[in-house]
Amino acid sequence: MRKILLTLLIILVLLGIGALVFAFWPTNSRPVAVPAGGMADAGLKERGHYLALAADCGACHTKPGEAPFSGGLPLASPVGVIYSSNITPDKETGIGDYSLDDFARAVRHGITPAGATLYPAMPYPSYAIMPDADIAALYAYFTQTVPAVRAENRSAEITWPLSMRWPLSIWRKLYAPDPDQVTFDPARYTDPVIARGAYLVLGPGHCGACHTPRAITLQEVALDERSTDYLSGGPVIDGWVAVNLRGDNADGLGTWSVEDIAATLRGARNPHHAVIGKPMQQVVTDSMQHMTDDDRLAIAAYLKSLQGSGRSKSEFVADIGTTKALAAGQEPEVGAEIYLDNCAACHRTNGMGDERVFPRIAGNPTVLADDPASLIRLVLAGSSLPGTQTAPSRLGMPGFDWRLSDTQVAELLTFIRRGWGNRADAVSADQVADVRKTIADERKGEGTAASLAERK
Amino acid sequence: MATKQKVDAVIVGMGWTGAIMAKELTDAGLNVVVLERGPDRSTQPDFAYPRVVDELEGSVHRKFLQGLAQETVTIRHSADQVAAPYRQIGSFKPGTGVGGAGTHWSGCHFRALPEDFSLRSNVVQRYGRNFIPEEMTIQDFPVTYEDLEPHFDHFEYVCGTSGRGGVIKGTRQEGGNPFEGSRSRDFPLGPNPDYLGAELFYKAAGEAGYHPFPIPASNASGPYVNPYGCQIGKCNFCGFCSDYGCLNYSKASPNICILPVLRQRKNFELRTHAQVLRVNLDDTKTRATGVTYLDGEGREVEQPADIVLLCAFQLYNVHLMLLSGIGTPYDPVSNTGTVGRNYSYQNLNRVVLFFDEEVQANPFIGIGGGGVTFDDLNGNQLDNGKAGFVGGGIIWARQPGAGPIRGINVPKGTPGWGSDWKKAVKESFRHNFYYEVQGACMSYRQHYLDLDPTYKDGFGRPLLRMTFNWHPNEVKAAQFLVGKAVDMCKTLNPKTISAESKEPGAKYNTTQYQSTHTCGGAIMGADPKTSALNRYLQSWDVHNVFAPGANAFPQNNGYNPTGMVGALAYWSAKAIREQYVKNPGPLVQA
Repeated sequence: MRKILLTLLIILVLLGIGALVFAFWPTNSRPVAVPAGGMADAGLKERGHYLALAADCGACHTKPGEAPFSGGLPLASPVGVIYSSNITPDKETGIGDYSLDDFARAVRHGITPAGATLYPAMPYPSYAIMPDADIAALYAYFTQTVPAVRAENRSAEITWPLSMRWPLSIWRKLYAPDPDQVTFDPARYTDPVIARGAYLVLGPGHCGACHTPRAITLQEVALDERSTDYLSGGPVIDGWVAVNLRGDNADGLGTWSVEDIAATLRGARNPHHAVIGKPMQQVVTDSMQHMTDDDRLAIAAYLKSLQGSGRSKSEFVADIGTTKALAAGQEPEVGAEIYLDNCAACHRTNGMGDERVFPRIAGNPTVLADDPASLIRLVLAGSSLPGTQTAPSRLGMPGFDWRLSDTQVAELLTFIRRGWGNRADAVSADQVADVRKTIADERKGEGTAASLAERK
Repeated sequence: MATKQKVDAVIVGMGWTGAIMAKELTDAGLNVVVLERGPDRSTQPDFAYPRVVDELEGSVHRKFLQGLAQETVTIRHSADQVAAPYRQIGSFKPGTGVGGAGTHWSGCHFRALPEDFSLRSNVVQRYGRNFIPEEMTIQDFPVTYEDLEPHFDHFEYVCGTSGRGGVIKGTRQEGGNPFEGSRSRDFPLGPNPDYLGAELFYKAAGEAGYHPFPIPASNASGPYVNPYGCQIGKCNFCGFCSDYGCLNYSKASPNICILPVLRQRKNFELRTHAQVLRVNLDDTKTRATGVTYLDGEGREVEQPADIVLLCAFQLYNVHLMLLSGIGTPYDPVSNTGTVGRNYSYQNLNRVVLFFDEEVQANPFIGIGGGGVTFDDLNGNQLDNGKAGFVGGGIIWARQPGAGPIRGINVPKGTPGWGSDWKKAVKESFRHNFYYEVQGACMSYRQHYLDLDPTYKDGFGRPLLRMTFNWHPNEVKAAQFLVGKAVDMCKTLNPKTISAESKEPGAKYNTTQYQSTHTCGGAIMGADPKTSALNRYLQSWDVHNVFAPGANAFPQNNGYNPTGMVGALAYWSAKAIREQYVKNPGPLVQA
């Protein structure tokens, strides 16, 4: 018996030593070549600025009301609250002392100059594919154009033992790609427009960080289109479901045109749909609306090249049966009655909404998503579009939490998830109650929800 | 008293004219601060469905209208009476809050007729100087239809106005108003669909030889994006336009048509709950230095500015001018002075048609500005010499939406309560239409605005006093036009017709809603002796004060004023941008 225990202990110690060695074994990274025009080239800095917009660096590294890129924004993570870092060129608190290679290691490898691994809230697994030229451009922009701001970085609020950094490097070595192996190769795509779109989506845009499902060990299950899981829909983020961006007809973008997608990236809306979730609204206002039309169209073309994942049980085949029944005064379910009394004024009895103003319910991916969290939140709390440069109108939908019970919301949503050719699972009153509680907690300003609300 | 940093322009009021001015002046790079006495308002949450469609809150408790506890006017019929405060909303409905009356209007969006601009000289030319009663003080506008055409056009495109042009670039168009001034292009959207009462009106008017056309309505007939990128949705005929903010992004308002752009601008600042008390003038009384206002916490704040734009509701623009000593107050006895002169109103009368049960009127369906009208009894189409009065008018079919709390039309002679009333309500509600007669209203020496000697507002300032009554000219016009309406409707064979026209000796009844088209008091004109503003809506006396709005109308025509108010604001803004900013001073030499 003692022998067995001793053996087990030795194995554990060896495993521990092995893990430590694995964790602390240095990671090599290739030196980054200085571009031919030199680091002070105005065009380089301009390109870096554009890439910083495309990568939406400010979304995490700028706290509203504070200097751009001075960090300090709280980010909820499964283990606790992390604060984004100061990436202005301040020598003491920012990245002013970073060399180009230091910068590349942080952005692509997730390793700080001191050797620590960054929390993967920083999407270095996506940035890993970015070529040297783009990394140099970003470096030029951040170190020369962005004003230096002194702002101390704030430590993460994570309790021991999860607060130990070294296990993160094991995670990184197991799950983050080696940038030296995965530099983006446009030749993988037949169409140069699709290739451009792919680069923006895979790399700087890091779309997969939200829209690709994650494994239990929290890495994205796929980092590019070679898996049909890529962009097939992610978790609930700040209360909103990251929808499936693949070609699935029901919960994906199968029924959307390239123009619909490009318009959505530009103005958070298209003639039939709208971006209701705050995280994606922020992506549009901070990042995507500042890109060129060509790049937005390229992203759209790439997304349209992704076949359906088939992961969802939902289906959509347009069917006017519901329209006819409602027009004939038939309300076969309580949900139909609730729909007529609360929703039909805008979304109409045909479930088609009204072009450019009220989104469609028939065939709407948010309505048909397996996880109805966004839909429930929308009905309870409402949502308003952000004003963008080209679409300043803050169109919105009111919340109905003051008016509809959990059971009524469940009945309503079950009705619309089965009306007009929609086929998705029923929604239960318990699901609604959960979301209602989450919203109430947010409003009370409790826990991480409160710090998240600061991002608004 | 706190003093804010000086700005290029301060705007009093965030309604249509304030929004237009703020847009135009921020376009020109000026720093603009807007002071709005009421709360901020947006479709979400203020007009959110279904809360907003509450007749008790909207039409009885007047949730979206100006509360009269702090600020109102006093009213009297003639100079020998003591005026009494207008303590409850009755005959007219000023707005408050962001959007002002531009949120709760109905949406009728007319241009004035070319001949409306030169009313006085036109009447003199057609019927001689003696046709105008001695006390009638009508004037020509100091601008022409042609001057304003680009601005009428632009405002319609900002609003997504739905209609059918009748004359485009001089060419008559089938189905539009053949008598209108020529437009440079058609409306941005086609007309709204007709309700049954409008279809019947087309029939009756056609048979009477009139030329019916769709009322230009800023209630969108389809989805629309205006030149500013602001989105407008297709009207769903919910019937909650008048008294309410639009739940559907369909009725044009400053809130949905202009403010989305302004709110993104760094050179624009909106301060709500900011009650402007007075315009401050320098020692010479020829230049304004800014305004003094009370903020939301009741603190007095001074806002210095190079330009002061009075963009409040017509009555309050005049009030501020009188309180601030801008221009000379009008004196009806000596017929001198300018501020307060030429107050006018609108001459509204109603004809209700009751039908049998087979006529399904469904009056709960409604489009505020939609419907049908004709101009055969308006402008130069009407032979005023024969009719015996000055000014014309229109007859229209318009169904803005009715409901049980807002009132149900019942035939004349029905008791006001009890089982007979119930029976009449049951028989009438879904089977009646009303057609209205909207007549012009002339201005008279004895109708004016001044400061009340008795009553003060909540801020200690004398209230504005209105002296107004119906003149025989308007009574005659009402009777003539209602008579024409009744004649026309007979062909529809209604069960009964209830015609309500002013009778000789009629007194202005402030308790019954008639129209919010209060006009004049600080009118534009060519002569600084008889007008407060020059042709650019600039004060003759204080050159850096401009006062766009219906206060500038020397008299009111037969149409709703909003189209004209918007066009004048754009016209004035253009002059400020292109002339005044470069060379501040009087734009017209007195």
